[in-house]
Amino acid sequence: MFLLIAGALTVLTVRNLFVATMLLGIVSFIMALVFVSLDAVDVAFTEAAVGAGISTVLYIGTLALVGAQEKPGIKIAAGPLAICLAVGAVLFYATYQMPPYGKADNPVHTHVAPRYIDVSPTEIGVPNMVTSVLSSYRGYDTFGETTVVFTAAIGVLLILSQLRRRKEDEDEENPVRKGLRVSLTGLGSQHDLVPHVVSKLLIPFIFVFALYVQFHGDYGPGGGFQAGVIFAAGFILYALIFGLQYTQKVLSSVAVLYLLAAGVLLYGGVGIVGIIVGGNFLDYNVLSENPVSGQHLGILLIELGVGITVAAAMLAIFYAFAGRAEPVTQMPDQE
Amino acid sequence: MIDLILDIATWALLIAGSLLLLITGLGLLRLPDLYTRIHAGGMADTLATFLIFIGLALQSDDIFVTVKLLMVIVFVFFTSPTASYALAHGSFVAGLKPRLDGITPPETDDIEKDAL
Repeated sequence: MFLLIAGALTVLTVRNLFVATMLLGIVSFIMALVFVSLDAVDVAFTEAAVGAGISTVLYIGTLALVGAQEKPGIKIAAGPLAICLAVGAVLFYATYQMPPYGKADNPVHTHVAPRYIDVSPTEIGVPNMVTSVLSSYRGYDTFGETTVVFTAAIGVLLILSQLRRRKEDEDEENPVRKGLRVSLTGLGSQHDLVPHVVSKLLIPFIFVFALYVQFHGDYGPGGGFQAGVIFAAGFILYALIFGLQYTQKVLSSVAVLYLLAAGVLLYGGVGIVGIIVGGNFLDYNVLSENPVSGQHLGILLIELGVGITVAAAMLAIFYAFAGRAEPVTQMPDQE
Repeated sequence: MIDLILDIATWALLIAGSLLLLITGLGLLRLPDLYTRIHAGGMADTLATFLIFIGLALQSDDIFVTVKLLMVIVFVFFTSPTASYALAHGSFVAGLKPRLDGITPPETDDIEKDAL
C-alpha cells in the first residue's frame, strides 16, 4: 500500500514524463497485486493487462509525439485544491461509517450475492462465477461498459483527426524536431535481427493465448476484456517491430473501425435476438432449447463481442497515435 | 520424505532467486551507465525468475499448474533478454554512447541531463 501511495505521489511531482509513464505502469502493477491479495483475480488480470501493459505503450506513443519534458512552472490553484481537499476529507470521514471489512453479515454479502452464489451453478452452469455475474446477471451493465470503450475510442479518433488537420497547416513552417525522427515506424529497420526473430516466434503464441483467455473465461480468470487487450498487444508488438505499414496491410485502419462497431453490434444483437425469439432484452434463456445451454451460448457471444470491441479500440487508438509520427526512410547512424 | 526434499529445494531456490533480485536492484541503482544497468537488470532478472518459478513448480500437485509455470519460464526466457537488447539498441541508435574506461563521450551528458 505504501508503495502504491509513494508511486502515485512521485508521478505527480516528477518532471520527466517518461519517468512518470514508467511509474504509472508500476502503480498499476501494484494495484493488480493488491487485487490478487484480495482474491479478485479477474480484476487483477484486467488491471495488469490494461494498466501495466497497453496504457504504458499508448503513453509512450504519445510521448513520441509531444516530447518528454513537462512544461516548467507549477501553478497552485487555490480554489480547486481547497475543494479537492474538502471532498477528500468528507470521503475519508465517510469510510469510518462503513461496516468492518469482510464481516459476514455486511449488506454487500447478504443482499444479492448469496442468491448468485447459490443459484448460479444450476441456472447458468459456468464454473467461474465472476463471468456468470458479469455476463449474465449483470449483462446490461457490461453492455454499458462495452459502449463506453467504443465511445472512448471514437472520442480519441475524433480529437486526433482534428489535430492532424491543424498540424498539416503548420508543418510547412516549423522544422521537425530531431527527437521526433526516432519514430515508431522508424524501428522497422533491417538491422534489428533479435527482436525480429523473437517476435516472429512469440506473436502466434500471443494470439493463441488471447483466444485461450477469451474462451476460457467460463472456467478460470479471463473473459472478453483481458483477451481483447492481449490480442491488441500482439498486433502492437508486430507494428512496433516490423513497421506500421505492414501491420496495416494485415488489419487496416478502416477494418479496425468496422470491428470496433461490430463488437458492440454483436452484443446488442444478442439482446435483440432475445426479444425477437420471445424473451426480454439480453435474456439468454430463450436462445436455445435448454435454458442452461442458452446461457452458455449467450455468454460466449457477448464475450466475443466485448473482446472484439476492446481489441479494436486499443488498435484504433494505437494506429491514430503511431500514424502521426513522421515516417523515417533512412537512419544513417545505424549499423 | 520426498515432501521434505521438495520443500528444502523450494526454499533454496526461492531464497536464491530473491537474493539475485536484490543484487539486481542494487546493481540498477549503483552502476554508473545505462548499458551496465541494462546488463544488470536483464540478465540477473531472468535467472532469478527462472529459479523462483522452478521452486514454485516443485510445490504444485497438479500437473497442469507445473506445465503452465514451465511455459511461463520459457516465455520469460525469450522475452526478457530481447527487451534488454531492444532497450540497448534503441538507446545506441538514439545517440547514447557507452562510457568506456572513464572516457565520457560528450553526447552522454546532454541525454542524461534530459533524463532527470
